[in-house]
Amino acid sequence: MTRFMLLQNYAEFEGCPVPMSSWAPADIKAHIDFQHALNAELTDSGELIDAQGLAGPELARFVTFAGSGAPVVTDGPFPESKELLAGYRMIDVDSAARAIEIAAQVSAAPGPGGVPIQQPIEVREVMGAPSTDL
Amino acid sequence: MNREPAVEDLLRELAPQVLGVVTRRFGDFAAAEDAVQEALLAAALYWPRDGLPDSPRGWLIQTAMRRQTDQFRSELARRRREQAAALREPPAADVTDHDDTLILLFLCCHPALTPASAIALTLRAVGGLTTAEIANAFLVPEATMAQRISRAKQRIKNSGVPFRRPAADGEWQQRRRSVLHVLYLIFNEGYASSVGRELHRVELSGEAIRLARMVHRMLPEDGEVAGLLALMLLTDARRPARTTSDGELIPLAEQDRARWDQRLIAEGVALIAAAMTAGAVGEYQLQAAIAALHDQAARVEDTDWPQILALYGMLERMTGNPMVALNRAIAAAMANGPAAGLTLLEALDEPLAGHYRLDAVRAHLFEMAGDTRAAVAHYRAAASRTTSVPEQHYLTIQAARLSAPAQRPNGPPGQPSV
Repeated sequence: MTRFMLLQNYAEFEGCPVPMSSWAPADIKAHIDFQHALNAELTDSGELIDAQGLAGPELARFVTFAGSGAPVVTDGPFPESKELLAGYRMIDVDSAARAIEIAAQVSAAPGPGGVPIQQPIEVREVMGAPSTDL
Repeated sequence: MNREPAVEDLLRELAPQVLGVVTRRFGDFAAAEDAVQEALLAAALYWPRDGLPDSPRGWLIQTAMRRQTDQFRSELARRRREQAAALREPPAADVTDHDDTLILLFLCCHPALTPASAIALTLRAVGGLTTAEIANAFLVPEATMAQRISRAKQRIKNSGVPFRRPAADGEWQQRRRSVLHVLYLIFNEGYASSVGRELHRVELSGEAIRLARMVHRMLPEDGEVAGLLALMLLTDARRPARTTSDGELIPLAEQDRARWDQRLIAEGVALIAAAMTAGAVGEYQLQAAIAALHDQAARVEDTDWPQILALYGMLERMTGNPMVALNRAIAAAMANGPAAGLTLLEALDEPLAGHYRLDAVRAHLFEMAGDTRAAVAHYRAAASRTTSVPEQHYLTIQAARLSAPAQRPNGPPGQPSV
């Protein structure tokens, strides 16, 4: 079993340039239901480790060590906020192919009118134990 | 594991025996497994408080059967009377526990299951661990692990595998192979522990060894079972010297051999020597024989590389595995010089394309040959491709060590050296 993180950011989606706050309420609900259903499905298949959404870019801060003084804390808004992480799923699967299959499902989350928003999902393998010298 | 140790050991020992009896009685492995798990939990609760029952095994069987009967009772009133009657009978004494434990192991490691589900089911049904303990060892949420186990049981149910020992022919060989493979994977999970996970992972190695010992007791004449157990012992013997206190890897050549466990080495060497003289040689025996040669070298320069090279040659012919060929190239370099190893690596460019271990070995052999520039390039390539943190650290440090000018004590951290 190998762990992967499926990462989503705030970049504009292929299928949907409209921000979610402008969707019809029923479409937003359908989108949220889709996420819950997918998480339930992945728990049921024994593959889900964790799924979290992150608070919005408005609440993000960048912190930099500044020697002996106070650290430098930068508040938003950030010009590159679309590149910030929006949320992630960690999965534990049999193969990289399975991770890609799940990422494709995530990317098919519905937008306005139920049309998939085709959000690009970043698939990253989590570093694990060293291979053994057996 | 938070049960009382003495009770814990007894429960783990009895778990597969009890499950065997209950499965035979009701003919439903999946339901019996749930019932036995509940009985084990009840015992873990009551025994430390009330003392052991006169017959712990009988108590567990009765309790599990009662649970399962309750289950049926809520489903079918007619069956209730039959099961209640069955409960009054003493448990069958003619079935040997060993047979049942072995049958269970073969069932849980059935090739129809994915390795991950076979591992989980084996640890629960044969190892007697709770779902929470297994989830904890694999750092997976309990709900996820519970589903993995229940799907595995469903799969076994659907496949219609009978609860009996596989016939002593090709089927037996194939099924035995997957049993050994699952035990090997459990051992590996524990042995290849990464930083911060060590405590729970070590228990997995211990559990794999316990199960391998059990199988060896039941099939003492089977050379591959002995080989696998020997391989585990001879590998586990090096554990204390394999990592630094903060989890960084120490390669075999640099390990403090005084910290190797001589008791495990002696046991492993005796096992593998007896197995290899007794009959047909298999791949676990060959791997164990190689591990034994490493373990018996008091100093790294005492290693019998020509013998190891010969064993890897046999193993490669037997398995056709390119990772074995990679190890053979290392042995060739150690026995006959780096050029011999580098030549063997050329044949692996295709089968191991993009695999970091090919780069890591090539880097090492180039370093042996004095070609620092090539060694650095391959160490860097290997570091960028490994998926293991300790290995990435090790390989990055090797590249930095070879590429750093002699007097540049502390460059800025995180800066690639040129």
